[in-house]
Amino acid sequence: MRKHGLFLAGVLALAVGGVAHAETLRFATDASYPPFSKQGPDGKMVGFDPEIAHALCAAMKVKCEVIPQDFDGIIPALNAKKFDAIIASMNITEERKKAVDFTERYYNMPSRLVARAGTKVDDAWFRGKKIGVLRSSIQEKYARDHWVKLGARLVAYGKAPESFLDLKAGRVDASFVDAAVGETDFLKTPNGKGFAFAGPVYNDAKYFGDGAGIAVRKGDKARLDKLNAALKQIRADGSYDRIQQKYFSFDIK
Amino acid sequence: MIDLNLILENLPSFFGGAYGEPVLSTSDGLVMTFQLLGLSLLLGLALSVPLALMRVSRNKWLAWPVWLYTYVFRGTPMLVQLFIFYYGLSQFDAVRDSWAWEYLQEAYVCAILAFTLNTAAYTTEIIAGQIRNTHYGEIEAAKAVGMSRWLMMRRIVIPSALRRALPAYSNEVIMMLHGTSIAGLVTLADLTGVARRLYADSYQPFEPFLMAGALYLTFTFLFVWLFKRLEGRYLAYLAPRKH
Repeated sequence: MRKHGLFLAGVLALAVGGVAHAETLRFATDASYPPFSKQGPDGKMVGFDPEIAHALCAAMKVKCEVIPQDFDGIIPALNAKKFDAIIASMNITEERKKAVDFTERYYNMPSRLVARAGTKVDDAWFRGKKIGVLRSSIQEKYARDHWVKLGARLVAYGKAPESFLDLKAGRVDASFVDAAVGETDFLKTPNGKGFAFAGPVYNDAKYFGDGAGIAVRKGDKARLDKLNAALKQIRADGSYDRIQQKYFSFDIK
Repeated sequence: MIDLNLILENLPSFFGGAYGEPVLSTSDGLVMTFQLLGLSLLLGLALSVPLALMRVSRNKWLAWPVWLYTYVFRGTPMLVQLFIFYYGLSQFDAVRDSWAWEYLQEAYVCAILAFTLNTAAYTTEIIAGQIRNTHYGEIEAAKAVGMSRWLMMRRIVIPSALRRALPAYSNEVIMMLHGTSIAGLVTLADLTGVARRLYADSYQPFEPFLMAGALYLTFTFLFVWLFKRLEGRYLAYLAPRKH
């Protein structure tokens, strides 16, 4: 009986091994970071990050699994082989590069000016204008280096909602914020009626960083190359654009 | 450990010089704190003398509105008053469309308004209390020489009440110096506002706030000393005999 069981298990293992030829790639994403990732009602992860993960798997022709993981422990968990890659809006930094390898960036969230709809922004526009920024944000630094000399006055806030409140009241002429924050927290809410993004997309790497990448274990070169190739493919075949348009009104490539 | 370099490097920020600009090139920091304090104390004091006279009036229609005003402004935190003037008023289209909006859209004006009305409420009660405390002998003397009610108020009661209000008023001045620290919450860069900015830049909470605290402390002592001298001069007649 016992021998039989073992034999059966062996046959099963062989059979399963044959079927599961298509390997499974396991991604971890932040459990709650909308609109990039959040847990859907059925427990599956939904959002920009999981959708990109699924598109990548489709391009690589592997099975995909996206599991939630708290951001603060996500790199140690990767190194403990709980999953194979992190797609959690993780910004590429020198510090993190010591612990993991990054793919090319899969998005770069720009910063944008939010102003009354129809505002035309050029260098001359900044003269005498009041621009709301978050205290000590990368946006404040950029604005100080570029717009103060054009005659703009910076007004520093502690929180984004305060700056939107004053934008609505007319105390500032524009708010300079992370575009995702501007769209999700203001423009898409009833308060944002009559307002829109104005001027260009700001994503100078010197101020705003290198964008977000997918992280794999250090030295996992085979997987890194495959992910980079897949990234290139989904950008070329239009599946990246489809996902991006679902979540954002502006280009974050 | 306290990072002395961080304090030294950012010392100019507290005196209006940040981001490599020379000291006093902006009104950030100490200058802002003293502008807010000076203007609101001046306006508040000017308001509170007539208000105190109304407060002690026997006419209900004069006394009651002032009672209500001081009750409301002394009964609510100054921070709440500031938020009402800054964020509250701007919610109404009527306010935003009126002539007043040109001024009310400035955080500076809202802060002056809130601080002035707050300190005026306290100062009114301080002065009104001292008017009530006026020694009956002074009143009788004024009446005996045939002064009219208004002349008596102007020459005898008010000057005497203001002198005796000095000790309590010095407390109010110091409370207001500390009270202005909430201006940073409506985008103004006063002493505390600058400290908050340095904290956000450096992630070091201890040094910037320690520096701001040291400056507040210095000026508190300066005010205490100043008022002691004023009391020595104007309240000398109340001091116990020395010989």
